[in-house]
Amino acid sequence: MLKSNQVEEKKYSPEHIQYLKYMKRKNTMVQLSQIALLVLILFLWELSANLNWIDPFFISKPSAIMNLINQFIKDGSLLLHTSISVYEVLMGFVIGTILGTLIAILLWSSEFAAKVLYPYLVVLNALPKIALGPIIIIWAGAGTSGIIVTALSISLIVTIMATFNGFKEVDEEKIKMLQTFGANKFQILQKVVLPATIPTMINTMKINIGMSWVGVIVGEFLVSKAGLGYLIVYGGQVFRLDIVMAGVIVLSIATVIMYKLISILENTLLKWRQ
Amino acid sequence: MENKFVQIKDISKIYHTLDDETEALKNISFDVDRGEILSIVGPSGCGKSTILSIIAGLIKPSSGEVFINNKRIEDMNKNIGYMFQSDHLFPWRTIMENVLIGLEIQKKLDKENVDRVTKLLNTYGLKDFKNHYPSQLSGGMKQRVALIRTLAIEPQLLLLDEPFSALDYQSRLAVSNDISAILKKEKKTAIMVTHDIAEAISMSDRVLVLSKRPAIVKTIYEIELTCSDRKNTPLKRREAPEFRHYFNKIWKELDIHVEE
Ligand SMILES: Nc1ncnc2c1ncn2[C@@H]1O[C@H](COP(=O)(O)OP(=O)(O)OP(=O)(O)O)[C@@H](O)[C@H]1O
Ligand SMILES: [Mg+2]
Repeated sequence: MLKSNQVEEKKYSPEHIQYLKYMKRKNTMVQLSQIALLVLILFLWELSANLNWIDPFFISKPSAIMNLINQFIKDGSLLLHTSISVYEVLMGFVIGTILGTLIAILLWSSEFAAKVLYPYLVVLNALPKIALGPIIIIWAGAGTSGIIVTALSISLIVTIMATFNGFKEVDEEKIKMLQTFGANKFQILQKVVLPATIPTMINTMKINIGMSWVGVIVGEFLVSKAGLGYLIVYGGQVFRLDIVMAGVIVLSIATVIMYKLISILENTLLKWRQ
Repeated sequence: MENKFVQIKDISKIYHTLDDETEALKNISFDVDRGEILSIVGPSGCGKSTILSIIAGLIKPSSGEVFINNKRIEDMNKNIGYMFQSDHLFPWRTIMENVLIGLEIQKKLDKENVDRVTKLLNTYGLKDFKNHYPSQLSGGMKQRVALIRTLAIEPQLLLLDEPFSALDYQSRLAVSNDISAILKKEKKTAIMVTHDIAEAISMSDRVLVLSKRPAIVKTIYEIELTCSDRKNTPLKRREAPEFRHYFNKIWKELDIHVEE
């Protein structure tokens, strides 16, 4: 239905073409500056380590880190640690998002349940979940499952609260409009409440990717024999700053990739916004 | 008497909240004939929307009954089309998907119905906008889309709650012309709430004036204009000599004081 009617090619005025060019150039400048800044930081870092301005023991240096990452790639340990952590993050994230949305739907469908349970959610949300990590690990097992549950404990309540509040913000009159057509509760959920809340849910997902990483890293600090969190802790314990930095860099790259994937999802789901 | 299309019999409504009760309607009774357009005017907050919600079955009256086609309204009635002050189009749906939502909900999304709705869009100047999103349309166009969404389920009765008040004056005149033409062409029965006395007189066969809250029916005016062979547009009807006369009467009846 959508493709046939892509509005006919529009002819722009020379002024508008000028404007588009200007905006494009501005955008390129921003990106170039971002790269330049990164290069500058790496260069200064390398320089200050080489010239001993700061003891490389404390801050390592980019070339050493790159060498290490290269070595990790060759002996396969990078793939091992990264894939374990990514797996745990994805599990925590996916379960948190699905379970959180389902619970939010249940709360939405029963006003009574929502009223009864809301104060408990607020309290649970305020709990210092990271401090409870060791206990969670005891409950859920000292291994992958414990780590996933730690990640889940951080993201789940936030997901429930944000999604449920998003549901409640849906315009009452829009719901009334559907009721005049005879819509039942399920249809109201499906046709207006969920679609209207998608922007909120995407934002929650963006926050939750970060939350899940925190949970997984904390979990790995506590129990793991592998994973990026383990790598970072191990590096710290044996005073190998290059290992710590390598772990942090790979972690950042993985987070950026996941964030990008959500952005792509956002653009497909919210096409109507452009 | 029993064969009137819509019968509102002695309706009262009290709203309850924890800190107060509000008596909105008091013993409201009136009828609407098939094919007729009836306007309801009244001071703001007097209970106009409440009447429409009760007729639609969205809320229950404290006492009294509503009959449509001699059937008592118990709860939601799928044969009533309700149009709101704002268009309530879903921004994530295209215009076509928006107008089909009623049929989708009533599981009547067959080819015949889709063709009929497509024809409505074509007839009323929205042919090239079927695959656009609401944000790409003007306010007046969106209001027309909202009317077609309401008409798509082929309602026996249309309820319009200040359908033009979100529009600026110019579009308001234009859209009320359009919509009145659509209503007459599709031979619809309609009850319309409005703040605008001129709009009420120019668009309808009868005008019902409500009192301040708790609303009772003050007067019902039969609008007879010399130019009126009903095919005339609301704009034409505004030029009729009797127009001013009705306007002044209703204005006095509404008893609106500026210092309020
Ligand atoms: N759900 C509700 N609970 C309590 N009071 C209500 C409720 N809905 C409406 N009221 C009150 O009932 C009265 C009538 O409301 P209604 O919306 O029917 O008036 P209206 O004539 O449509 O007003 P307006 O001109 O502003 O559209 C108002 O005083 C309003 O505050
Ligand atoms: Mg109202």
